[in-house]
Amino acid sequence: MSFNLQANGMTVTIASAPVVPGPVAPLLRRAAAAQEDDFGPNVYSTIDVLWVLYDRILRISPDRPDDPDRDRFLLSKGHAVAGYYAVLAAKGFIPPEWLDDAYGPASRLGGHPDRVLVPGVEIGAGSLGHGLGLGVGTVLGLRAQGLLTPRVYVLLGDAELDEGSNHEAIAYAGATGLAGLTGIVVDNRSATHGWPGGIATRFTVNGWRASTVDGNDHDALYAALTGHDHHRPHVVVAVVGEKE
Amino acid sequence: MTTVAEQTVVEATMTEAETVMRDRFVDTAYELLAEDPRTAVVLADISADSFSEASRRHPDRVVNVGIREQLMVGVAGGLALAGLRPVVHTYAPFLVERAYEQIKLDLDHQDVTAVLVSVGASYDRPEAGRTHLSPADVALIDTLHGWTVHVPGHPDEVPPLLRAAVAGDGAVYLRLSTMANSRPYGGDGSLRVVRDAGPGAPLLVAVGPLLDESLAAVAGRDVTVAYTHRPRPFDTAGLRALAGTEVILVEPYLAGTSSRMVSEALADRPHRLLALGVGRQDLRRYGTADDHSRWHGLDAAGLRRSVDAFLG
Repeated sequence: MSFNLQANGMTVTIASAPVVPGPVAPLLRRAAAAQEDDFGPNVYSTIDVLWVLYDRILRISPDRPDDPDRDRFLLSKGHAVAGYYAVLAAKGFIPPEWLDDAYGPASRLGGHPDRVLVPGVEIGAGSLGHGLGLGVGTVLGLRAQGLLTPRVYVLLGDAELDEGSNHEAIAYAGATGLAGLTGIVVDNRSATHGWPGGIATRFTVNGWRASTVDGNDHDALYAALTGHDHHRPHVVVAVVGEKE
Repeated sequence: MTTVAEQTVVEATMTEAETVMRDRFVDTAYELLAEDPRTAVVLADISADSFSEASRRHPDRVVNVGIREQLMVGVAGGLALAGLRPVVHTYAPFLVERAYEQIKLDLDHQDVTAVLVSVGASYDRPEAGRTHLSPADVALIDTLHGWTVHVPGHPDEVPPLLRAAVAGDGAVYLRLSTMANSRPYGGDGSLRVVRDAGPGAPLLVAVGPLLDESLAAVAGRDVTVAYTHRPRPFDTAGLRALAGTEVILVEPYLAGTSSRMVSEALADRPHRLLALGVGRQDLRRYGTADDHSRWHGLDAAGLRRSVDAFLG
């Protein structure tokens, strides 16, 4: 597959059908079994970027989930939850057994994640368009306390960008050079009216640095997610299969 | 820049009373920023000029996001998640009505709190029309759990209320107004008897700036009058101790906002309740705040008519 991104004329080639990362696959199957169903495309569109973040990028540990100096990962598109729970289990934040009765009456794992119920979850999400504003505030709060090492990563979807609240955050973060913030937009072209001119331009016109990569290519994701500079916010557009 | 121009218009049309109550807030917030490194102020252009010196001294903790109320509350949620104590301030309709989902989700659902401080209560700026009226703000906050709501009745009540709110860790809505009583009453928010007509007399509870009009309204009638600047949590124990059969609520926001508190507190007693406040209808009229008080029956004469009809 290949997709022509109108923003800059670049073409991102998606080399292969998505494969669930090895350590996550059995956990995801376990969660699917609990639901007596397979998962929707939103799970597979997001699993690779989640895995690269948790496996190679985020400075977090299940032993110190409240460490003030930790990186923050904010899942704004809260419906991408099954893969998120599977990754949290793979990395030791939650017991794998929790996956077996996910969404049940006694479960801490709901159809959208709740930070009060699930260790390692930084924000409760579900209603779209809340993560980026919370992320901006988190960067400001860390900076005000002199905590300049932690980075705040916010994962959104291309359809989620329909919500105007995102554009309040994009404009403000760009105008103020909020360098501690990385936005990640998983683009499966599910926005009803699309983004003519490309997603990245929504950010770059406001002063963000932007990278657009194959959202299933772990090395490309890693390179993009570590490609920020120190004077402006950074967005990584992770292109995956359509409605994947 | 349009934001500056708009803000100049807003501030130029503020009445002296509004400036007084708001200035007490700004001065106290300035002190709190200097005293406590946890304190942060989040603005959406409104009052930004008043915070310019604070912003210069504490650039990391005075955040003006522009005219972006959703972001304003989202940023407050993020600041709180990072360990700060945000004070969030703008016009009441934009703070509570426009950003209601952010209050519900970015604060409450994240299990974090902030101190919300509004100006432009109910019909404080009637010449601006319906868009700047916000009689429903306390009722909206009341749909959420665990909030403290303060409606000060005098500028001198504002600094201690703000200080206590910022020092604590709860969710607080502090509702500033151009309307004020002639003197402060203070206290901790429990019902304070200002006029005692003896056991069994009808009880009138006046919230915030409507105390003076309420006292004038019941002159010559045997009605006990109690004051509170804290409709949430409502002093139900005090209400049970003071109430006879008849209870009259006088609230400077949507009529009936505290009716459920009275009904629940007196559920085991036969009682009658008259709930007075601002009406729901968009009057589509400008004029002055005094005009709107009269139209909503919240001036002394209007209150008297309602009380007389209720008590017979």
